[in-house]
Amino acid sequence: MTTTQSNSAQVSKSVISGRASAAIQPGEELLRVENVSLAFGGVKALTDISFDIKKGEVRAIIGPNGAGKSSMLNVINGFYHPQEGEVWFCGKKRRSLKPHQIAHQGIARTFQNIALFKGMSTLDNIMTGRFTHMRTNLLMQAIWRGAAEREEIENRQVAEEIIDFLEIQAIRKTPVGRLPYGLQKRVELGRALAAQPDLLLLDEPMAGMNIEEKEDMSRFILDVNDEFGTTIALIEHDMGVVMDISDRVVVLDYGKKIGDGTPTEVRSNQAVVDAYLGVAHD
Amino acid sequence: MSANFLYTIEVILNGLMAGVMYSLVALGFVLIFKASGIFNYAQGVMALFAAMTLVGIQQGQVPFAHLINAAFGTKIHHFGWTVPALMAILLTLVVMILFAILVERIVLKHLVNQEPIILFMATIGLAYFMEGMGDLMWGSELKTLDIGLPSGGSLWLEEATVGWGAEGSGFYGLFIDKLDIVATGVALALVISLTLFSQYTKTGRALRAVADDHQAALSVGISLRKIWVIVWAIAGFVAMVAGIMWGAKSGVQFSLSLIALKALPVLILGGFTSIPGAIIGGLIIGVGEKLFEFSIGPMIGGATENWFAYVLALVFLIFRPQGLFGDKIIERV
Repeated sequence: MTTTQSNSAQVSKSVISGRASAAIQPGEELLRVENVSLAFGGVKALTDISFDIKKGEVRAIIGPNGAGKSSMLNVINGFYHPQEGEVWFCGKKRRSLKPHQIAHQGIARTFQNIALFKGMSTLDNIMTGRFTHMRTNLLMQAIWRGAAEREEIENRQVAEEIIDFLEIQAIRKTPVGRLPYGLQKRVELGRALAAQPDLLLLDEPMAGMNIEEKEDMSRFILDVNDEFGTTIALIEHDMGVVMDISDRVVVLDYGKKIGDGTPTEVRSNQAVVDAYLGVAHD
Repeated sequence: MSANFLYTIEVILNGLMAGVMYSLVALGFVLIFKASGIFNYAQGVMALFAAMTLVGIQQGQVPFAHLINAAFGTKIHHFGWTVPALMAILLTLVVMILFAILVERIVLKHLVNQEPIILFMATIGLAYFMEGMGDLMWGSELKTLDIGLPSGGSLWLEEATVGWGAEGSGFYGLFIDKLDIVATGVALALVISLTLFSQYTKTGRALRAVADDHQAALSVGISLRKIWVIVWAIAGFVAMVAGIMWGAKSGVQFSLSLIALKALPVLILGGFTSIPGAIIGGLIIGVGEKLFEFSIGPMIGGATENWFAYVLALVFLIFRPQGLFGDKIIERV
């Protein structure tokens, strides 16, 4: 790593660090789901799932198609409300909250099928990610001079640092709808990072990427985790990547948890191997 | 310069001015449509309601006077004071913001994730409700709106241009209503400030974000309900400006709400999702209407202004259904 790179990382580190979870030490539990069950009508998406996410770790959620991985993320970020079970965040049991309220608690996410603001530039997308950190009201913004202007400049600085970190300076002003897929994924990561989340949820961050793009993305994920200490929960299909970058892995199959542990433990778990190799369920 | 050429210029200028008025109404439609995908049929009535409220407040009318008199046998009509124009405008703005909050609480909140046609029906209901409410609050008679805007022909312009015509040609200089010039300035200021607001403020970005992707907007912490209130409040503000301009031009009366129908061809031309489109669409309709009436109208018996805009819209629907600036409709199979 060159000196300039490590310098910019130093600057960013002060900016992209958590807030609500300050009392929780790395290695302690940041989020816990307890006996969560979720059904859509008669279809059971999740059955009695329990696991925890520790502060500072990279936690992977894996499983075959339709295992309920995305549903799990949607429960954590509030798009779905489970019929049974509890979610504990920062040591407190969480009430049933709306997704935007959960964003304000410090949970950010990306989506499986990129959900960017397509008409807006890269910079504007990332600035929108700063939403939870901006406090001025409508009147102050209408007046603009003073508080709103100051706030805009401060947050713009953070946004620019994230753009530097993700090496997307060249596309700052480009409407994201025009960017190639791999870069869109990166901008989406940038928008989530801009929130300086305590917990970052990534839904298949490498889906549809070529090897080179996957390597870049893996590097960014690890850098975010190392340098800013951001806790990350991710869903990924590429087993090689999952085993390389995650600290612990939860395995879901047909909405049930069939494995939980370090990559090595999970790899030698017979139920997991069966699920992936397609042994008949009896 | 020949008199005919100069008249044509005058027609074009007046068309542009009329177009600005259409643009003002269309702007309100676009704002709500972009942010929530709702075609707000009530936009025209909102302009009427805002104008009625402004006049009512300014003249110190007692709201619901008829109702109160009928119920209690009293004979009150006015408080007996008048409110300064600027103050009355601010109070009207407050009323429009309250209206936005009520619409969200009572109507939109319960219709989340419904089909666009259902939301459209809801706004039709809203339009009739507001129309009745306006009549009930302020009475249905024709009112004059006077907040001290200049009106009448611009003498300055006439004097400056009178020399252009040939001697004895009967050309007395270009005639433009001063009110139209003010309206143009106001519309311009409105568009510029709305654009700046949406580009450089947190709420402006949130508005654009919601227009693009609801789920993603939620995930970054934007409350859709709050954004809807803000959008309706801004649309209410734009409606008020349109109501003031139209009201000052032709009096505050029921037909004011019908100008909303003229905004429809404007939107088809400009595209439902484009603010510049609303402006340029309005100008094209305004100029087209006046030029057509001036050049071809006499040959076919006149009164073409009533239908020209709709025919133009029809032509656009055939050849460019997304409008001049609207998002292109691409369907993949």
